[in-house]
Amino acid sequence: MSNDLILVAWTLFKILAIAVPLILAVAMYVYWERKVIGWMHVRNGPNQVGPLGLLQAFADVFKLLFKEITVPDQAGKFLFYLAPVAALAPAFAAWAVIPFDQGMALANVNAGLLYLLAMTSLGVYGIILAGWASNSKYAFLGAMRAAAQVVSYEISMGMALVSVLILVGSLNMSDIVNAQAGGKGLFDWFWLPLLPMFVIYFVSGVAETNRAPFDVAEGESEIVAGFHVEYSGSAFAIFFLAEYANMILISFLSSVLFLGGWLSPFQGWGLGFLSVGGWWWLFAKAFVMAFLFLWFRATFPRYRYDQIMRLGWKVFIPIAIAWIFATGLMAYYGVVTVGSEVRP
Amino acid sequence: MNRIVSYIKSLFLLELLAGLWLTAKYFVKPKYTMQYPMEKIPKSNRFRGLHALRRYANGEERCIACKLCEAVCPALAITIDSEPRADGQRRTTRYDIDLFKCIFCGFCEESCPVDSIVETDIHEYHFEKRGENILTKQKLLALGDRYEAEIAKAREQDAAFR
Repeated sequence: MSNDLILVAWTLFKILAIAVPLILAVAMYVYWERKVIGWMHVRNGPNQVGPLGLLQAFADVFKLLFKEITVPDQAGKFLFYLAPVAALAPAFAAWAVIPFDQGMALANVNAGLLYLLAMTSLGVYGIILAGWASNSKYAFLGAMRAAAQVVSYEISMGMALVSVLILVGSLNMSDIVNAQAGGKGLFDWFWLPLLPMFVIYFVSGVAETNRAPFDVAEGESEIVAGFHVEYSGSAFAIFFLAEYANMILISFLSSVLFLGGWLSPFQGWGLGFLSVGGWWWLFAKAFVMAFLFLWFRATFPRYRYDQIMRLGWKVFIPIAIAWIFATGLMAYYGVVTVGSEVRP
Repeated sequence: MNRIVSYIKSLFLLELLAGLWLTAKYFVKPKYTMQYPMEKIPKSNRFRGLHALRRYANGEERCIACKLCEAVCPALAITIDSEPRADGQRRTTRYDIDLFKCIFCGFCEESCPVDSIVETDIHEYHFEKRGENILTKQKLLALGDRYEAEIAKAREQDAAFR
């Protein structure tokens, strides 16, 4: 009995140890986004709140928390309140299976990849519910766009995961990372044999999280704010939190699946401490991927709706199918070395 | 052939990579932003800001109520009334500039034969009450008294080019 209690308390502690830094990371990510986009516009970005503007995100959060949540008259009250939670919960739940280091995961489940695919797909329900429950034309348009877009990109994303699955032969996230270990360092990771899949996965991830240039669900120049046009205050803040948590999640996932997770890029090169793997490598890789999100947003104009559909169905899916075939051949003829050694 | 080239271009995302390269260059560029209240851009000595009426060194006001400025003002912002003073000289009894009408063209300053009405380089001012937009003679003279040193210096610097 008491053992159970300790287990529950320990698990709760581990959940908090992931969720609280994640929320802080979202705050700093928002700040970093505004800084990066500012720099790319030859501006300074926020620099007034706190030293270097570091507290800007917290100022914004507190502003949102103190604002009133207005509920439209015609809105479905229950779904209206449920939607932000439905968007946030999967974004946080997915973190359970991310392996931060060897044996350092909240849940080292064997169907980790499947769980992740489910969780990243569930997030769109929050968006659809928000658009539906708001009972507003713009919100509804945004929700419809989000639904169609996510359904299209889910397929190519799933196929990218299948190619990883073919090479590893396991759905366990830690196994996937260990399968990328090897004496050639970063050239043993899956991004090299699966380069098209890596690109497809990341771009689909950008589309899944409704980020620029695939942000038609939000489309501020066309449909104001899309699905969350009727939300204000903390309800809006939760959508914001979910979106950024999803972006960080996709960054971590592409690092784990294609960039060798916690493995050092110089593994087996004999560079002393640089060749040692650890969670810091995973965080560094995820930081680079997260930077790409912001870089894309600062660079590309929004795709037109039909262009998004064309890219998803007529470019990504055929390439993905072809590369799954190629991956099968690579695995069959042993072109790719899988897990030659586990951690030097 | 063109179709093949454009197909390869779009497949390898060449144009998108070129775009990313461009923003990467801007990312590391020095920023132009002037942190306004803390940093200020240097102003020309011909800057046309808030108006002022000047006096001679002996304290006599320069304005002789010739009303050239009132006549030349394209926005009809200047209103002047004049009367003979006790010593027989013609002087203004009223000299109003409506800052809501003024377009800061500087014609009043150009037209003034005695360098009385001038435009200073003050451009950071505000009104809190209705009616404060009218600069009366007293206000203009007070501005002139207060900024005489700066005004004289700017005129001196510009004199060689006129």
